[in-house]
Amino acid sequence: MSKYAPLEFTVPEPASRPGDDADFSDIDIPLAGTVRRPPIDVSPSEIKDLSSTMIRVLRRDGAAVGPWAQEGIDDLLLTGLRSMMRTRAFDERMMTLQRQGKTSFYMKCTGEEAIAVGHQLALSPGDMNFPTYRQQGLLIAQEYPLTDMICQILSNERDPLKGRQLPVLYSSKKHGFFSISGNLGTQFIHAVGWAMASAISGDTKIASGWIGDGSTAENDFHSALVNASVYKPPVVLNVVNNQWAISSFRGIAGGDEATFAERAHGYDIASLRVDGNDLMAVLAVSDWAIERARRGHGPTLIEWVTYRVAPHSTSDDPSKYRPREESDAWPLGDPVIRLKNHLVQRSLWSEERHSQAEAEFEDEIRTAAREAEEFGVMGEGSSARDLFEDVFKEMPPYLREQRQKLGV
Amino acid sequence: MNMVEAIRDAMDIKLADDKNVVVFGEDVGFFGGVFRCTQGLQEKYGTSRVFDSPINESGIVGAGIGMAAYGLRPCVEIQFADYIYPAYDQIVSEAARLRYRSAGDFTAPITIRSPVGGGIFGGQTHSQSPEALFTHVSGLKTIIPSNPRDAKGLLISAIEDDDPVVFFEPKRLYNGPFDGHHERPASNWTKHPLGDVPDGHYTVPIGKASVFRPGRDLTILTYGTMVYVAEAAVNETGVDGEIIDLRTLLPLDIEAITASVQKTGRCMVLHEATLTSGFGAELCARVQETCFYHLEVPVERVTGWDTPYPHAQEWDYFPGPTRVGNALKAMMETV
Repeated sequence: MSKYAPLEFTVPEPASRPGDDADFSDIDIPLAGTVRRPPIDVSPSEIKDLSSTMIRVLRRDGAAVGPWAQEGIDDLLLTGLRSMMRTRAFDERMMTLQRQGKTSFYMKCTGEEAIAVGHQLALSPGDMNFPTYRQQGLLIAQEYPLTDMICQILSNERDPLKGRQLPVLYSSKKHGFFSISGNLGTQFIHAVGWAMASAISGDTKIASGWIGDGSTAENDFHSALVNASVYKPPVVLNVVNNQWAISSFRGIAGGDEATFAERAHGYDIASLRVDGNDLMAVLAVSDWAIERARRGHGPTLIEWVTYRVAPHSTSDDPSKYRPREESDAWPLGDPVIRLKNHLVQRSLWSEERHSQAEAEFEDEIRTAAREAEEFGVMGEGSSARDLFEDVFKEMPPYLREQRQKLGV
Repeated sequence: MNMVEAIRDAMDIKLADDKNVVVFGEDVGFFGGVFRCTQGLQEKYGTSRVFDSPINESGIVGAGIGMAAYGLRPCVEIQFADYIYPAYDQIVSEAARLRYRSAGDFTAPITIRSPVGGGIFGGQTHSQSPEALFTHVSGLKTIIPSNPRDAKGLLISAIEDDDPVVFFEPKRLYNGPFDGHHERPASNWTKHPLGDVPDGHYTVPIGKASVFRPGRDLTILTYGTMVYVAEAAVNETGVDGEIIDLRTLLPLDIEAITASVQKTGRCMVLHEATLTSGFGAELCARVQETCFYHLEVPVERVTGWDTPYPHAQEWDYFPGPTRVGNALKAMMETV
């Protein structure tokens, strides 16, 4: 007889599953405007509390309140709203193309638009993002040609990546957008290395790394944090906590025992937890972290709390693992509607202008899609010769031979 | 000059002539590396060019890729090839694929140096030869020099190359050529012609093998430490073997291999790594593709056994001159 009781194995479960009522009662949401704004050169140990709360600016009634509310940025807010709306319209159109069999695959960022859009508006030309596949807003917010994006999605003759990458894994150095890897998390340490290089070179550019809540479990997350902690490079480390990694809720990544932002404490990295559905909070916190990095005060980790309204991808069916109505119950609301309400309240925007803008973006994207489709859909127009290019800078003889065998 | 000094000299030259070259890894900064390959470089070039990294191989390579994407030319050290596996994802999925997947928009001109091979009583975590795990990956170049002169010229080529290069250094050769007779006194590079390393900048081209020893009877395809084991076996058996030092495994110098095997009609493939799916398998396939009608006997592989690298039984594992010599004699007897 053992003096110990048999051990019990633990596997975390989300609060609700299909058939249950959606339940977000475990997420503490402080009132907007109640979290302090420290100076950008603050020591990480002085702001540990900011990784356990949630920085919020937009109140339920649409007012912008508290120390993180910025004034005199009306044009930026209008740009932010329009970029979020364009991103959403783009996603909807691409879903249609996928259903029509014109592309094999698509990934929407519905409900998460404020994060990439707001962050991009705070960056400067020359800064470099190391994104995941759900940050299309980074490109759309800086007027990256929509036709080029669609040509990539269609893998056609004008695909900037020559048909080699899955749809949505864009790359554009010119737009500060590092080539997206399908291997999750790998880019987080690249952002740190890029930022180290900027500092080594005496530059003033900063890097911004992106990772999802699920992928924080990858060892690259630790690699990024430990190297950021050691070398203090000018990098912003963004964790987009959208609650779901395909079918695994945040708790399977250890996100219920401590917040993702709290991970930074052990590395002495400044860390903030933010309402990711609040574009004004995204702008203000991004500004803070980017300025901190550019002034040489070191890295910041930001946990953006949001909700993945969309399925993981066009190959996923969330109704199998979470309540169908869960996204309606998400307590942080919709980022587009929240910013719209703020701007309408301040007479900078109106319901009419909103409807007009929706129609305008739908039209713009439909035109861009039509233009892109002229160069082929679903791999049409891609060249088999491109299969062998860019493996190396110069094609070695054995690859030339293999190309000849293929007969191209 | 020994191999450590030659490798250090290559990095010294590149650090001096290209401000974008940076050198880092575990213990490489202040201390100068556990094998002393970076000794004095931090003092000479400062801590922003030559520095210590956390014990985090995926981070060393991952940060290097980020730096390369910025425009630097990192030359990083993985302390032992046996420790490279945590970085494998970064090497295979990121460094090797970046140019291709971004259609040339981003590139990763990074050199990953790492000591390989056994013969130092290092047990299974300081003795492995994992080169075949890298030659199997599209988008990577893999180099294994066998002497100081090649090591310096090839490392300069690797750092100047615009694609990622895995640069394996046979650690048993750092201080002198090694013929596999571990019980005999060690020799050093000062007495060897290939230890005579030219001053200043020069390159040895990537993808070119060298005829280490010309011969008429038989071709031995090998690289790294095994070059000297082959030499000893040839001398001890009297078989006039032509020893081809491949130097670069990928891209492979098929022309040099073909020319030699077509001339001799016999081919031995010799490496220290395990047999099954080893790089020797690729060499055998290549030889039968280009030399089938010239072969008088089947291609023979002499390699390490398909076991983990042992500690106390090191010399039973190691394909030494006796094993190689017996195989040479057998190949000459078979007609």
